[in-house]
Amino acid sequence: MRHITNFIKTIGHPFSSLIIMLGECTRLFWYLLTGCLYSLKRPQLIIKEVYFSGVLSLLIIAVSGWFVGMVLGLQGYNTLQRFGSVSVLGSLVALSLLRELGPVLCAILFASRAGSGMTAEIGLMKATEQLDAMSVMAVDPIKRVVIPKFISGIIAVPLLTALFDTCGILGGHFVGVNMLKLDQGTFWSQMQGSVDLHNDVINGLIKALFFGFIVSLISVYQGLQAKPTAEGVSAATTRTVVHSALAVLALDFILTAFMF
Amino acid sequence: MKRSIIDFWVGIFVVIGIICITFLSLKVANITSLSSNNSDNYTIYANFNNIGSLTTNAPVKVSGFTVGRVTSIGLDPKTYQARVRMTIDKKYEFTTDSTAEILTTGLLGEQYIGLQSGGDVDYLKNGDTISITSSAMVLEQLIGKFMTSMGSK
Repeated sequence: MRHITNFIKTIGHPFSSLIIMLGECTRLFWYLLTGCLYSLKRPQLIIKEVYFSGVLSLLIIAVSGWFVGMVLGLQGYNTLQRFGSVSVLGSLVALSLLRELGPVLCAILFASRAGSGMTAEIGLMKATEQLDAMSVMAVDPIKRVVIPKFISGIIAVPLLTALFDTCGILGGHFVGVNMLKLDQGTFWSQMQGSVDLHNDVINGLIKALFFGFIVSLISVYQGLQAKPTAEGVSAATTRTVVHSALAVLALDFILTAFMF
Repeated sequence: MKRSIIDFWVGIFVVIGIICITFLSLKVANITSLSSNNSDNYTIYANFNNIGSLTTNAPVKVSGFTVGRVTSIGLDPKTYQARVRMTIDKKYEFTTDSTAEILTTGLLGEQYIGLQSGGDVDYLKNGDTISITSSAMVLEQLIGKFMTSMGSK
């Protein structure tokens, strides 16, 4: 009998802990929303966090966007050449970047570059009892530390996505026009003919907004939940990256189904 | 780090983001055309019965060499002909009896305008219209003609 109950427990435990995690996330989210007003009155804290999560990610986002665009240009060229329709390469590169690759890759890069940092910082502050010290001094650590990080993620990801898209399209242009000698006018006119401002550009940035939101929520949640030990912080950082990637890809499917 | 330096970098970050969004909406989604209107170009028009799938920014070629681009395509409300506006590099001049035709690269490739100069003494000036044109080859119409001619035999 003992073995059977243990068996049921081992199966049920992941599910129940998942549901508990979702509940805690929602409670934290509500707390963050109600505390937003306090943080918006102190923009200096948010600006500092935007510097760490956004400005320091500029280079990696620009370079990876450039390379993704170049790869799209090369692969697209090789495939389109078989059908003799190389002229649509511009719209292929632009549409795939604006609709999917830009927001998704940018969010995953952001999670590993900035989200993990947020988790480690909050986790370590918790481990060294800095958060408790703040509470003792009647400073709400969530309002003072967590919410600026959360808001900075929501601000940074759409801007970084726009940069990623731009660099990607320029990379595709570099491969298509400068290396493979396609006609420049056709490249741009095919792109302009097929890309719609509302459908593609705005929807892509709305996606990025949602991704920034989910990635920062997961990052601060994992930081607050981290066990106050060295292993605990390291495990929380790993979980941030894994959970963010999964959440972004799953959310991408749902958003795509709604938008396009 | 000093506060003002952080403010400066965050400002740059936001400016880069806004520039990128502007680039995406203006150049990629093409709200208004950003094409450079150099003074080294002049504009001519041509009326076609059928332009096929000609798009703006399509090249204008002479003997296969690109001398200009299509800037806009409209419809003449009286004759119901498509009116194509193109800018041509000032270095190249064409006689008033030049002909314009819509050609296709390959069987299914992009369409472009081919110009051919005539033997007149006068040259086309800014704003002139090319009167001798031939329309795009539309594959469906060709097949349709072929089918009817086969049927009548």
